[in-house]
Amino acid sequence: MTSSTKPAIVATDLRKSYGDKVVLDGIDLMITEGTIFALLGPNGAGKTTTVQILSTLVNADGGTARVFGHDLTREPDAVRELIGVTGQFSAVDNLLTGRENLNLMADLCHLDRAAGRRRITDLLDQFDLVEAAGKPVSTYSGGMRRRLDLAMTLVGEPRVIFLDEPTTGLDPRSRRAMWQIIRALVAEGVTILLTTQYLEEADQLADRVAFLDHGRLIAEGTPRELKRLIPGGHVVLHFADQEGLDTAARTFVTATRDEAALTLQVPSDGGVGSLRALLDQLDRGSISVAGLSVHTPDLDDVFLALTGQPDIRAGRPDHERSAAR
Amino acid sequence: MSTLSLAARDSGTMLRRNLLHMRRYPSMTLLLIGIPVILLLLFVYVFGGTLGAGLGPSGDRSDYANYVTPGILLITVVSAAQGTAISVAMDMTEGIIARFRTMAIFRPSVLTGHVLGSLIQTMLGLAAVTGVALLIGFRPTAGPVEWLAVIGVLAMITFALTWLSVALGLVSDSVETASNLPMPLILLPFLGSGFVPTDSMPTPVRWFADYQPFTPVMETLRGLLLGSGIGADGIIAVGWCLVISVLSFLWAKNLYNRNRAA
Repeated sequence: MTSSTKPAIVATDLRKSYGDKVVLDGIDLMITEGTIFALLGPNGAGKTTTVQILSTLVNADGGTARVFGHDLTREPDAVRELIGVTGQFSAVDNLLTGRENLNLMADLCHLDRAAGRRRITDLLDQFDLVEAAGKPVSTYSGGMRRRLDLAMTLVGEPRVIFLDEPTTGLDPRSRRAMWQIIRALVAEGVTILLTTQYLEEADQLADRVAFLDHGRLIAEGTPRELKRLIPGGHVVLHFADQEGLDTAARTFVTATRDEAALTLQVPSDGGVGSLRALLDQLDRGSISVAGLSVHTPDLDDVFLALTGQPDIRAGRPDHERSAAR
Repeated sequence: MSTLSLAARDSGTMLRRNLLHMRRYPSMTLLLIGIPVILLLLFVYVFGGTLGAGLGPSGDRSDYANYVTPGILLITVVSAAQGTAISVAMDMTEGIIARFRTMAIFRPSVLTGHVLGSLIQTMLGLAAVTGVALLIGFRPTAGPVEWLAVIGVLAMITFALTWLSVALGLVSDSVETASNLPMPLILLPFLGSGFVPTDSMPTPVRWFADYQPFTPVMETLRGLLLGSGIGADGIIAVGWCLVISVLSFLWAKNLYNRNRAA
Protein backbone atom coordinates (compact mmCIF):
# COMPACT_ATOMS: atom_id res chain seq x y z
CA MET A 1 0.00 0.00 0.00
CA THR A 2 1.34 3.43 -0.88
CA SER A 3 1.31 6.30 1.54
CA SER A 4 0.21 8.70 -1.18
CA THR A 5 -2.75 10.89 -0.37
CA LYS A 6 -3.41 12.13 -3.87
CA PRO A 7 -7.09 11.83 -4.72
CA ALA A 8 -7.73 9.52 -7.68
CA ILE A 9 -11.47 10.16 -7.83
CA VAL A 10 -13.31 13.19 -6.54
CA ALA A 11 -17.07 13.38 -7.00
CA THR A 12 -19.34 16.12 -5.75
CA ASP A 13 -23.10 15.97 -5.44
CA LEU A 14 -23.69 13.36 -8.17
CA ARG A 15 -27.34 13.05 -9.12
CA LYS A 16 -29.17 10.75 -11.47
CA SER A 17 -32.82 9.97 -12.06
CA TYR A 18 -34.49 7.66 -14.51
CA GLY A 19 -37.96 9.10 -15.04
CA ASP A 20 -39.25 10.03 -11.59
CA LYS A 21 -37.11 7.38 -9.96
CA VAL A 22 -34.26 9.08 -8.15
CA VAL A 23 -31.31 6.70 -8.33
CA LEU A 24 -28.56 8.95 -6.98
CA ASP A 25 -29.56 11.72 -4.64
CA GLY A 26 -26.34 13.70 -4.20
CA ILE A 27 -23.24 11.56 -3.75
CA ASP A 28 -19.85 12.90 -2.63
CA LEU A 29 -16.80 10.68 -2.95
CA MET A 30 -13.08 11.17 -2.35
CA ILE A 31 -10.97 8.17 -3.19
CA THR A 32 -7.24 8.23 -2.47
CA GLU A 33 -4.80 6.88 -5.01
CA GLY A 34 -3.64 3.35 -4.32
CA THR A 35 -6.51 2.38 -2.05
CA ILE A 36 -9.58 0.20 -2.27
CA PHE A 37 -12.82 2.02 -1.71
CA ALA A 38 -15.88 -0.14 -1.26
CA LEU A 39 -19.36 1.04 -2.04
CA LEU A 40 -21.71 -1.14 -0.10
CA GLY A 41 -25.44 -1.38 -0.35
CA PRO A 42 -28.42 -3.54 -1.19
CA ASN A 43 -29.72 -4.07 -4.72
CA GLY A 44 -31.11 -0.87 -6.16
CA ALA A 45 -29.13 1.39 -3.83
CA GLY A 46 -27.40 3.08 -6.75
CA LYS A 47 -24.04 1.27 -6.74
CA THR A 48 -24.04 0.33 -10.41
CA THR A 49 -25.28 3.77 -11.44
CA THR A 50 -22.39 5.36 -9.54
CA VAL A 51 -19.93 3.14 -11.39
CA GLN A 52 -21.63 3.85 -14.72
CA ILE A 53 -21.33 7.58 -14.17
CA LEU A 54 -17.73 7.51 -12.96
CA SER A 55 -16.70 5.25 -15.85
CA THR A 56 -18.24 7.65 -18.43
CA LEU A 57 -20.90 5.15 -19.44
CA VAL A 58 -23.81 7.43 -18.55
CA ASN A 59 -23.94 11.14 -17.79
CA ALA A 60 -24.97 12.39 -14.38
CA ASP A 61 -27.95 14.73 -14.23
CA GLY A 62 -26.08 16.92 -11.78
CA GLY A 63 -22.83 17.21 -9.90
CA THR A 64 -19.24 16.92 -11.05
CA ALA A 65 -16.58 14.27 -10.92
CA ARG A 66 -12.91 14.12 -11.77
CA VAL A 67 -10.55 11.22 -12.27
CA PHE A 68 -6.96 12.30 -11.66
CA GLY A 69 -8.06 15.86 -12.31
CA HIS A 70 -9.84 15.13 -15.60
CA ASP A 71 -13.47 16.18 -15.66
CA LEU A 72 -15.81 13.35 -16.68
CA THR A 73 -17.99 15.36 -19.01
CA ARG A 74 -15.39 17.71 -20.47
CA GLU A 75 -12.57 15.22 -21.05
CA PRO A 76 -14.19 11.79 -21.20
CA ASP A 77 -11.44 10.34 -23.38
CA ALA A 78 -8.70 11.46 -20.97
CA VAL A 79 -10.64 9.70 -18.22
CA ARG A 80 -11.11 6.59 -20.38
CA GLU A 81 -7.35 6.39 -20.91
CA LEU A 82 -6.91 5.98 -17.15
CA ILE A 83 -9.72 3.67 -16.16
CA GLY A 84 -10.75 0.07 -16.54
CA VAL A 85 -14.17 -1.36 -15.80
CA THR A 86 -15.22 -4.86 -14.89
CA GLY A 87 -18.96 -4.80 -14.67
CA GLN A 88 -21.54 -6.95 -13.05
CA PHE A 89 -22.46 -8.54 -16.37
CA SER A 90 -19.47 -10.09 -17.99
CA ALA A 91 -17.97 -7.81 -20.60
CA VAL A 92 -16.39 -10.51 -22.71
CA ASP A 93 -17.06 -11.53 -26.29
CA ASN A 94 -18.63 -14.98 -26.05
CA LEU A 95 -17.97 -15.88 -29.67
CA LEU A 96 -14.22 -15.36 -29.36
CA THR A 97 -11.62 -17.36 -27.48
CA GLY A 98 -9.96 -16.04 -24.34
CA ARG A 99 -6.81 -15.10 -26.24
CA GLU A 100 -8.81 -13.40 -29.02
CA ASN A 101 -10.65 -11.36 -26.40
CA LEU A 102 -7.34 -10.21 -24.93
CA ASN A 103 -5.97 -9.52 -28.43
CA LEU A 104 -9.00 -7.36 -29.11
CA MET A 105 -8.26 -5.33 -25.99
CA ALA A 106 -4.56 -4.99 -26.86
CA ASP A 107 -5.52 -3.66 -30.30
CA LEU A 108 -8.08 -1.25 -28.87
CA CYS A 109 -5.54 -0.03 -26.30
CA HIS A 110 -3.23 0.59 -29.27
CA LEU A 111 -0.40 -1.50 -27.88
CA ASP A 112 2.19 -2.40 -30.46
CA ARG A 113 2.20 -6.04 -31.49
CA ALA A 114 5.16 -7.23 -29.42
CA ALA A 115 4.11 -5.35 -26.28
CA GLY A 116 0.56 -6.62 -26.69
CA ARG A 117 1.67 -10.20 -27.03
CA ARG A 118 3.89 -9.97 -23.93
CA ARG A 119 1.10 -8.42 -21.90
CA ILE A 120 -1.36 -11.11 -23.00
CA THR A 121 1.04 -13.93 -22.16
CA ASP A 122 1.60 -12.44 -18.70
CA LEU A 123 -2.10 -11.96 -18.05
CA LEU A 124 -3.08 -15.47 -19.20
CA ASP A 125 -0.42 -16.79 -16.85
CA GLN A 126 -1.36 -14.54 -13.93
CA PHE A 127 -5.06 -15.36 -14.22
CA ASP A 128 -4.57 -19.07 -14.70
CA LEU A 129 -6.10 -19.07 -18.17
CA VAL A 130 -3.21 -20.49 -20.21
CA GLU A 131 -4.96 -23.79 -20.88
CA ALA A 132 -8.30 -22.20 -21.70
CA ALA A 133 -6.80 -19.47 -23.90
CA GLY A 134 -7.69 -21.21 -27.16
CA LYS A 135 -11.24 -22.18 -26.19
CA PRO A 136 -14.32 -20.07 -26.93
CA VAL A 137 -15.43 -18.06 -23.92
CA SER A 138 -18.93 -19.56 -24.17
CA THR A 139 -17.42 -22.77 -22.71
CA TYR A 140 -15.89 -21.01 -19.67
CA SER A 141 -17.09 -21.41 -16.08
CA GLY A 142 -18.34 -18.39 -14.14
CA GLY A 143 -15.04 -17.99 -12.33
CA MET A 144 -12.96 -18.25 -15.52
CA ARG A 145 -15.19 -15.76 -17.25
CA ARG A 146 -14.79 -13.29 -14.40
CA ARG A 147 -11.02 -13.73 -14.43
CA LEU A 148 -10.88 -13.16 -18.17
CA ASP A 149 -13.10 -10.12 -17.73
CA LEU A 150 -10.68 -8.62 -15.23
CA ALA A 151 -7.66 -9.61 -17.34
CA MET A 152 -9.23 -7.73 -20.28
CA THR A 153 -9.64 -4.68 -18.07
CA LEU A 154 -5.96 -4.87 -17.14
CA VAL A 155 -4.57 -5.07 -20.70
CA GLY A 156 -4.38 -1.28 -20.90
CA GLU A 157 -2.78 -1.01 -17.42
CA PRO A 158 -5.44 1.31 -16.02
CA ARG A 159 -4.64 3.41 -12.93
CA VAL A 160 -8.20 3.30 -11.68
CA ILE A 161 -10.30 0.15 -11.82
CA PHE A 162 -14.03 -0.04 -11.24
CA LEU A 163 -15.17 -3.42 -10.05
CA ASP A 164 -18.93 -3.70 -10.00
CA GLU A 165 -19.82 -6.67 -7.81
CA PRO A 166 -16.80 -8.65 -8.97
CA THR A 167 -17.64 -11.75 -6.96
CA THR A 168 -21.43 -11.89 -7.19
CA GLY A 169 -22.40 -15.40 -8.23
CA LEU A 170 -18.94 -16.88 -7.70
CA ASP A 171 -18.30 -19.92 -5.52
CA PRO A 172 -16.29 -19.33 -2.31
CA ARG A 173 -13.05 -20.55 -3.85
CA SER A 174 -13.29 -18.34 -6.92
CA ARG A 175 -14.24 -15.47 -4.62
CA ARG A 176 -11.07 -15.90 -2.56
CA ALA A 177 -9.01 -16.11 -5.75
CA MET A 178 -10.58 -12.85 -6.93
CA TRP A 179 -9.81 -11.21 -3.59
CA GLN A 180 -6.14 -12.16 -3.92
CA ILE A 181 -6.01 -10.69 -7.40
CA ILE A 182 -7.59 -7.46 -6.16
CA ARG A 183 -5.11 -7.18 -3.27
CA ALA A 184 -2.20 -7.73 -5.66
CA LEU A 185 -3.46 -4.94 -7.92
CA VAL A 186 -3.61 -2.44 -5.11
CA ALA A 187 -0.14 -3.46 -3.98
CA GLU A 188 1.02 -2.25 -7.41
CA GLY A 189 -0.50 1.17 -6.76
CA VAL A 190 -3.78 0.83 -8.66
CA THR A 191 -6.84 2.56 -7.20
CA ILE A 192 -9.97 0.45 -6.95
CA LEU A 193 -13.59 1.37 -6.54
CA LEU A 194 -15.40 -1.79 -5.60
CA THR A 195 -19.12 -2.26 -5.23
CA THR A 196 -20.46 -5.19 -3.34
CA GLN A 197 -23.44 -6.41 -1.41
CA TYR A 198 -21.21 -8.61 0.72
CA LEU A 199 -20.15 -6.91 3.91
CA GLU A 200 -17.46 -9.48 4.46
CA GLU A 201 -15.92 -8.57 1.11
CA ALA A 202 -15.74 -4.89 1.99
CA ASP A 203 -14.38 -5.77 5.41
CA GLN A 204 -11.71 -8.01 3.90
CA LEU A 205 -10.57 -5.73 1.11
CA ALA A 206 -11.43 -2.11 1.58
CA ASP A 207 -9.42 0.70 3.09
CA ARG A 208 -12.55 2.78 3.24
CA VAL A 209 -16.18 1.79 3.02
CA ALA A 210 -19.24 3.85 2.18
CA PHE A 211 -22.79 2.67 2.71
CA LEU A 212 -25.18 3.55 -0.05
CA ASP A 213 -28.92 3.33 0.56
CA HIS A 214 -31.65 4.73 -1.67
CA GLY A 215 -29.18 6.83 -3.60
CA ARG A 216 -27.51 8.45 -0.61
CA LEU A 217 -24.35 7.81 1.31
CA ILE A 218 -25.47 7.13 4.85
CA ALA A 219 -22.04 6.48 6.38
CA GLU A 220 -18.42 6.43 5.36
CA GLY A 221 -15.17 5.49 7.04
CA THR A 222 -12.66 2.72 7.57
CA PRO A 223 -14.25 -0.63 8.48
CA ARG A 224 -12.95 -0.10 12.04
CA GLU A 225 -14.47 3.36 12.32
CA LEU A 226 -17.77 2.10 11.02
CA LYS A 227 -17.88 -0.76 13.47
CA ARG A 228 -17.23 1.72 16.26
CA LEU A 229 -20.35 3.60 15.18
CA ILE A 230 -22.51 1.01 16.82
CA PRO A 231 -22.42 -0.64 20.18
CA GLY A 232 -23.30 -4.28 20.28
CA GLY A 233 -20.21 -6.23 21.27
CA HIS A 234 -21.26 -8.84 23.79
CA VAL A 235 -20.72 -12.31 25.14
CA VAL A 236 -23.64 -14.70 25.21
CA LEU A 237 -23.69 -17.20 28.07
CA HIS A 238 -25.79 -20.31 27.56
CA PHE A 239 -27.21 -22.17 30.53
CA ALA A 240 -28.47 -25.69 31.03
CA ASP A 241 -31.31 -24.68 33.41
CA GLN A 242 -33.27 -21.80 34.88
CA GLU A 243 -31.31 -21.95 38.13
CA GLY A 244 -27.98 -21.29 36.40
CA LEU A 245 -29.47 -18.38 34.52
CA ASP A 246 -30.85 -16.88 37.72
CA THR A 247 -27.54 -17.16 39.55
CA ALA A 248 -25.64 -15.60 36.70
CA ALA A 249 -28.15 -12.79 36.29
CA ARG A 250 -27.54 -11.81 39.93
CA THR A 251 -23.79 -11.64 39.24
CA PHE A 252 -23.98 -9.67 35.97
CA VAL A 253 -26.53 -7.00 36.72
CA THR A 254 -26.03 -5.11 33.43
CA ALA A 255 -26.75 -8.19 31.34
CA THR A 256 -29.88 -8.84 29.31
CA ARG A 257 -31.53 -12.18 29.94
CA ASP A 258 -33.49 -14.29 27.53
CA GLU A 259 -35.74 -16.65 29.48
CA ALA A 260 -36.83 -18.76 26.56
CA ALA A 261 -33.34 -19.43 25.22
CA LEU A 262 -31.80 -19.63 28.71
CA THR A 263 -29.11 -17.17 27.69
CA LEU A 264 -27.58 -14.10 29.20
CA GLN A 265 -26.12 -11.36 27.01
CA VAL A 266 -23.22 -9.65 28.77
CA PRO A 267 -21.88 -6.42 27.24
CA SER A 268 -18.21 -6.82 26.34
CA ASP A 269 -15.73 -5.62 23.74
CA GLY A 270 -14.92 -9.25 23.04
CA GLY A 271 -11.22 -8.76 23.83
CA VAL A 272 -9.12 -11.41 25.56
CA GLY A 273 -8.72 -9.31 28.72
CA SER A 274 -12.39 -8.77 29.30
CA LEU A 275 -13.10 -12.41 28.50
CA ARG A 276 -10.63 -13.52 31.16
CA ALA A 277 -12.28 -11.18 33.70
CA LEU A 278 -15.66 -12.61 32.78
CA LEU A 279 -14.48 -16.19 33.24
CA ASP A 280 -12.93 -15.27 36.59
CA GLN A 281 -16.25 -13.84 37.73
CA LEU A 282 -18.02 -17.03 36.68
CA ASP A 283 -15.45 -19.07 38.60
CA ARG A 284 -15.81 -17.02 41.74
CA GLY A 285 -19.58 -17.36 41.67
CA SER A 286 -19.31 -21.11 40.89
CA ILE A 287 -21.66 -20.58 38.01
CA SER A 288 -21.67 -23.41 35.50
CA VAL A 289 -22.28 -22.38 31.91
CA ALA A 290 -23.28 -24.78 29.15
CA GLY A 291 -21.66 -22.65 26.48
CA LEU A 292 -20.37 -19.26 25.55
CA SER A 293 -20.17 -17.27 22.33
CA VAL A 294 -18.43 -14.00 21.58
CA HIS A 295 -20.11 -11.50 19.32
CA THR A 296 -18.14 -8.55 17.93
CA PRO A 297 -19.95 -6.03 15.75
CA ASP A 298 -19.36 -6.59 12.06
CA LEU A 299 -20.33 -4.45 9.10
CA ASP A 300 -23.62 -6.32 8.95
CA ASP A 301 -24.57 -4.85 12.32
CA VAL A 302 -23.50 -1.43 11.16
CA PHE A 303 -25.52 -1.67 8.01
CA LEU A 304 -28.61 -2.96 9.78
CA ALA A 305 -28.29 -0.30 12.46
CA LEU A 306 -27.93 2.44 9.86
CA THR A 307 -30.70 1.34 7.56
CA GLY A 308 -33.03 -0.23 10.12
CA GLN A 309 -33.07 2.77 12.45
CA PRO A 310 -33.69 5.85 10.40
CA ASP A 311 -32.95 8.21 13.30
CA ILE A 312 -29.44 6.97 13.98
CA ARG A 313 -28.03 9.77 11.85
CA ALA A 314 -29.91 12.86 12.99
CA GLY A 315 -33.28 12.09 11.52
CA ARG A 316 -32.34 11.27 7.95
CA PRO A 317 -35.34 9.64 6.30
CA ASP A 318 -33.41 6.75 4.90
CA HIS A 319 -36.46 4.73 4.09
CA GLU A 320 -38.37 7.40 2.35
CA ARG A 321 -36.90 8.61 -0.85
CA SER A 322 -37.09 12.36 -0.88
CA ALA A 323 -36.66 13.53 -4.42
CA ALA A 324 -37.36 17.12 -3.56
CA ARG A 325 -34.54 19.24 -2.33
CA MET B 1 -2.75 9.55 -32.91
CA SER B 2 -4.87 11.67 -35.22
CA THR B 3 -8.61 11.17 -35.21
CA LEU B 4 -8.54 9.73 -38.72
CA SER B 5 -5.86 7.12 -38.09
CA LEU B 6 -7.51 6.27 -34.76
CA ALA B 7 -10.80 5.80 -36.61
CA ALA B 8 -9.16 3.59 -39.22
CA ARG B 9 -7.25 1.52 -36.69
CA ASP B 10 -10.17 0.93 -34.34
CA SER B 11 -12.58 0.25 -37.21
CA GLY B 12 -10.08 -2.29 -38.53
CA THR B 13 -9.93 -3.97 -35.12
CA MET B 14 -13.72 -4.11 -34.90
CA LEU B 15 -13.90 -5.45 -38.46
CA ARG B 16 -11.56 -8.30 -37.47
CA ARG B 17 -13.89 -9.00 -34.54
CA ASN B 18 -16.92 -9.20 -36.84
CA LEU B 19 -15.12 -11.36 -39.38
CA LEU B 20 -14.17 -13.77 -36.58
CA HIS B 21 -17.83 -13.91 -35.55
CA MET B 22 -18.84 -14.76 -39.13
CA ARG B 23 -16.14 -17.37 -39.48
CA ARG B 24 -17.16 -18.97 -36.20
CA TYR B 25 -20.84 -18.98 -37.10
CA PRO B 26 -21.03 -19.60 -40.85
CA SER B 27 -24.64 -20.81 -40.56
CA MET B 28 -25.85 -17.20 -40.47
CA THR B 29 -24.03 -16.40 -43.72
CA LEU B 30 -25.34 -19.57 -45.38
CA LEU B 31 -28.90 -18.79 -44.31
CA LEU B 32 -28.64 -15.29 -45.75
CA ILE B 33 -27.47 -16.68 -49.10
CA GLY B 34 -30.03 -19.49 -48.95
CA ILE B 35 -33.09 -17.23 -49.04
CA PRO B 36 -32.26 -15.48 -52.37
CA VAL B 37 -31.09 -18.73 -53.95
CA ILE B 38 -34.39 -20.43 -53.09
CA LEU B 39 -36.36 -17.45 -54.42
CA LEU B 40 -34.27 -17.51 -57.60
CA LEU B 41 -34.95 -21.20 -58.19
CA LEU B 42 -38.63 -20.75 -57.34
CA PHE B 43 -39.13 -17.83 -59.71
CA VAL B 44 -37.16 -19.29 -62.60
CA TYR B 45 -38.34 -22.91 -62.44
CA VAL B 46 -41.87 -22.53 -61.04
CA PHE B 47 -43.11 -19.15 -62.26
CA GLY B 48 -40.49 -18.54 -64.97
CA GLY B 49 -42.31 -20.14 -67.89
CA THR B 50 -45.47 -18.07 -67.44
CA LEU B 51 -43.76 -14.88 -66.33
CA GLY B 52 -41.27 -15.14 -69.21
CA ALA B 53 -44.15 -15.26 -71.68
CA GLY B 54 -45.38 -11.99 -70.22
CA LEU B 55 -42.10 -10.21 -71.01
CA GLY B 56 -42.80 -10.23 -74.74
CA PRO B 57 -44.07 -12.40 -77.63
CA SER B 58 -40.99 -14.64 -77.71
CA GLY B 59 -40.33 -14.56 -73.93
CA ASP B 60 -39.49 -17.82 -72.20
CA ARG B 61 -37.93 -19.19 -69.04
CA SER B 62 -34.35 -18.14 -69.97
CA ASP B 63 -35.50 -14.57 -70.70
CA TYR B 64 -37.10 -14.53 -67.28
CA ALA B 65 -33.84 -15.74 -65.64
CA ASN B 66 -32.17 -12.70 -67.17
CA TYR B 67 -34.98 -10.41 -66.08
CA VAL B 68 -35.26 -11.60 -62.46
CA THR B 69 -31.57 -11.80 -61.53
CA PRO B 70 -31.15 -8.08 -60.66
CA GLY B 71 -34.21 -8.34 -58.40
CA ILE B 72 -32.76 -11.44 -56.74
CA LEU B 73 -29.47 -9.59 -56.19
CA LEU B 74 -31.39 -6.90 -54.30
CA ILE B 75 -33.17 -9.59 -52.29
CA THR B 76 -29.69 -10.84 -51.37
CA VAL B 77 -28.69 -7.38 -50.16
CA VAL B 78 -31.87 -6.99 -48.12
CA SER B 79 -31.58 -10.48 -46.65
CA ALA B 80 -28.03 -9.72 -45.53
CA ALA B 81 -29.20 -6.38 -44.12
CA GLN B 82 -31.72 -8.24 -41.99
CA GLY B 83 -28.85 -10.35 -40.68
CA THR B 84 -26.92 -7.19 -39.85
CA ALA B 85 -29.84 -5.76 -37.87
CA ILE B 86 -30.05 -9.00 -35.90
CA SER B 87 -26.35 -9.20 -35.16
CA VAL B 88 -26.18 -5.52 -34.13
CA ALA B 89 -29.15 -5.99 -31.79
CA MET B 90 -27.57 -9.14 -30.35
CA ASP B 91 -24.27 -7.37 -29.92
CA MET B 92 -25.92 -4.51 -28.02
CA THR B 93 -27.21 -6.96 -25.42
CA GLU B 94 -23.62 -8.09 -24.72
CA GLY B 95 -21.71 -6.63 -21.79
CA ILE B 96 -18.69 -6.06 -24.00
CA ILE B 97 -20.39 -3.07 -25.65
CA ALA B 98 -20.38 -1.32 -22.26
CA ARG B 99 -16.68 -2.06 -22.05
CA PHE B 100 -16.08 -0.52 -25.49
CA ARG B 101 -17.95 2.59 -24.38
CA THR B 102 -15.60 3.08 -21.44
CA MET B 103 -12.48 2.80 -23.60
CA ALA B 104 -10.63 5.64 -25.30
CA ILE B 105 -11.37 4.39 -28.80
CA PHE B 106 -13.01 5.84 -31.92
CA ARG B 107 -16.55 5.66 -30.64
CA PRO B 108 -18.47 4.59 -33.77
CA SER B 109 -15.89 1.86 -34.50
CA VAL B 110 -18.26 -0.79 -33.13
CA LEU B 111 -20.71 0.26 -35.83
CA THR B 112 -18.18 0.72 -38.64
CA GLY B 113 -16.87 -2.75 -37.82
CA HIS B 114 -20.36 -4.16 -38.33
CA VAL B 115 -20.86 -2.22 -41.56
CA LEU B 116 -17.53 -3.24 -43.09
CA GLY B 117 -18.05 -6.86 -42.02
CA SER B 118 -21.55 -6.94 -43.48
CA LEU B 119 -20.31 -5.31 -46.67
CA ILE B 120 -17.76 -8.10 -47.15
CA GLN B 121 -20.31 -10.75 -46.21
CA THR B 122 -22.91 -9.36 -48.61
CA MET B 123 -20.49 -9.01 -51.52
CA LEU B 124 -19.47 -12.66 -51.06
CA GLY B 125 -23.15 -13.60 -50.91
CA LEU B 126 -23.85 -11.63 -54.09
CA ALA B 127 -21.00 -13.44 -55.87
CA ALA B 128 -22.43 -16.81 -54.79
CA VAL B 129 -25.97 -15.89 -55.89
CA THR B 130 -24.68 -14.59 -59.23
CA GLY B 131 -22.85 -17.89 -59.65
CA VAL B 132 -26.08 -19.85 -59.14
CA ALA B 133 -27.91 -17.52 -61.55
CA LEU B 134 -25.27 -18.15 -64.21
CA LEU B 135 -25.64 -21.89 -63.69
CA ILE B 136 -29.37 -21.81 -64.32
CA GLY B 137 -29.33 -19.75 -67.46
CA PHE B 138 -28.60 -16.10 -66.58
CA ARG B 139 -26.71 -14.78 -69.61
CA PRO B 140 -25.43 -11.22 -69.03
CA THR B 141 -23.87 -9.30 -71.91
CA ALA B 142 -21.85 -6.98 -69.65
CA GLY B 143 -18.19 -6.30 -70.41
CA PRO B 144 -15.51 -5.65 -67.74
CA VAL B 145 -16.45 -1.96 -67.36
CA GLU B 146 -20.12 -2.81 -66.89
CA TRP B 147 -19.27 -5.52 -64.38
CA LEU B 148 -17.19 -3.02 -62.41
CA ALA B 149 -20.11 -0.60 -62.48
CA VAL B 150 -22.45 -3.39 -61.31
CA ILE B 151 -20.13 -4.15 -58.39
CA GLY B 152 -20.00 -0.43 -57.59
CA VAL B 153 -23.79 -0.04 -57.59
CA LEU B 154 -24.25 -3.18 -55.49
CA ALA B 155 -21.60 -1.97 -53.02
CA MET B 156 -23.35 1.39 -52.74
CA ILE B 157 -26.83 -0.01 -52.13
CA THR B 158 -25.36 -2.57 -49.69
CA PHE B 159 -23.52 0.19 -47.82
CA ALA B 160 -26.71 2.26 -47.62
CA LEU B 161 -28.96 -0.60 -46.49
CA THR B 162 -26.33 -1.87 -44.04
CA TRP B 163 -26.21 1.50 -42.26
CA LEU B 164 -30.01 1.50 -42.27
CA SER B 165 -30.08 -1.97 -40.74
CA VAL B 166 -27.45 -1.00 -38.15
CA ALA B 167 -29.80 1.82 -37.11
CA LEU B 168 -32.75 -0.60 -37.09
CA GLY B 169 -30.72 -3.01 -34.96
CA LEU B 170 -29.90 -0.20 -32.52
CA VAL B 171 -33.44 1.12 -32.28
CA SER B 172 -34.82 -2.38 -31.54
CA ASP B 173 -35.26 -3.22 -27.90
CA SER B 174 -34.98 -6.93 -28.60
CA VAL B 175 -33.46 -9.30 -31.11
CA GLU B 176 -36.97 -10.31 -32.25
CA THR B 177 -37.81 -6.72 -33.10
CA ALA B 178 -34.52 -6.39 -34.96
CA SER B 179 -35.44 -9.43 -37.00
CA ASN B 180 -38.89 -8.05 -37.89
CA LEU B 181 -38.14 -4.38 -38.52
CA PRO B 182 -36.27 -4.86 -41.83
CA MET B 183 -39.04 -7.18 -43.14
CA PRO B 184 -40.74 -4.49 -45.25
CA LEU B 185 -37.46 -4.05 -47.13
CA ILE B 186 -37.72 -7.57 -48.49
CA LEU B 187 -41.06 -6.64 -50.10
CA LEU B 188 -39.64 -3.63 -51.94
CA PRO B 189 -38.07 -5.58 -54.83
CA PHE B 190 -41.51 -7.18 -55.37
CA LEU B 191 -43.26 -3.81 -55.22
CA GLY B 192 -40.89 -2.55 -57.91
CA SER B 193 -39.44 -3.76 -61.15
CA GLY B 194 -37.70 -6.75 -59.54
CA PHE B 195 -39.95 -9.57 -60.68
CA VAL B 196 -42.27 -8.13 -63.31
CA PRO B 197 -42.14 -4.87 -65.31
CA THR B 198 -43.97 -2.05 -63.52
CA ASP B 199 -46.14 -1.20 -66.56
CA SER B 200 -48.12 -4.39 -65.94
CA MET B 201 -49.26 -3.04 -62.55
CA PRO B 202 -52.42 -1.03 -61.69
CA THR B 203 -51.75 2.73 -61.57
CA PRO B 204 -51.39 3.37 -57.81
CA VAL B 205 -49.07 0.37 -57.34
CA ARG B 206 -47.18 1.32 -60.47
CA TRP B 207 -46.74 4.86 -59.22
CA PHE B 208 -45.21 3.53 -55.99
CA ALA B 209 -43.11 0.98 -57.88
CA ASP B 210 -41.68 3.57 -60.24
CA TYR B 211 -40.67 6.02 -57.55
CA GLN B 212 -39.40 3.80 -54.73
CA PRO B 213 -35.61 3.60 -54.40
CA PHE B 214 -35.16 -0.06 -55.35
CA THR B 215 -36.58 0.30 -58.87
CA PRO B 216 -33.90 2.65 -60.22
CA VAL B 217 -31.22 0.48 -58.61
CA MET B 218 -32.65 -2.68 -60.22
CA GLU B 219 -33.12 -0.93 -63.55
CA THR B 220 -29.51 0.28 -63.43
CA LEU B 221 -28.26 -3.23 -62.71
CA ARG B 222 -30.46 -4.67 -65.44
CA GLY B 223 -29.25 -2.10 -67.94
CA LEU B 224 -25.60 -2.70 -67.11
CA LEU B 225 -25.87 -6.50 -67.08
CA LEU B 226 -28.05 -6.95 -70.15
CA GLY B 227 -27.00 -3.92 -72.17
CA SER B 228 -30.44 -2.34 -72.29
CA GLY B 229 -29.31 1.17 -71.35
CA ILE B 230 -29.79 2.84 -67.96
CA GLY B 231 -30.96 6.36 -68.81
CA ALA B 232 -31.43 8.55 -65.74
CA ASP B 233 -31.79 5.51 -63.47
CA GLY B 234 -28.04 5.41 -62.76
CA ILE B 235 -27.94 8.92 -61.31
CA ILE B 236 -31.20 8.40 -59.38
CA ALA B 237 -29.89 5.12 -57.95
CA VAL B 238 -26.64 6.73 -56.80
CA GLY B 239 -28.63 9.61 -55.31
CA TRP B 240 -30.89 7.25 -53.33
CA CYS B 241 -27.86 5.33 -52.04
CA LEU B 242 -26.19 8.53 -50.84
CA VAL B 243 -29.33 9.84 -49.16
CA ILE B 244 -30.07 6.54 -47.41
CA SER B 245 -26.42 6.16 -46.35
CA VAL B 246 -26.08 9.63 -44.85
CA LEU B 247 -29.44 9.65 -43.06
CA SER B 248 -28.98 6.12 -41.73
CA PHE B 249 -25.43 6.84 -40.58
CA LEU B 250 -26.57 9.92 -38.66
CA TRP B 251 -29.49 8.03 -37.17
CA ALA B 252 -27.30 5.09 -36.13
CA LYS B 253 -24.63 7.35 -34.65
CA ASN B 254 -27.23 9.24 -32.68
CA LEU B 255 -28.79 6.02 -31.38
CA TYR B 256 -25.43 4.62 -30.34
CA ASN B 257 -24.41 7.76 -28.49
CA ARG B 258 -27.57 8.18 -26.48
CA ASN B 259 -27.28 7.20 -22.86
CA ARG B 260 -29.14 4.04 -22.20
CA ALA B 261 -30.74 3.40 -18.86
CA ALA B 262 -29.07 0.57 -17.00
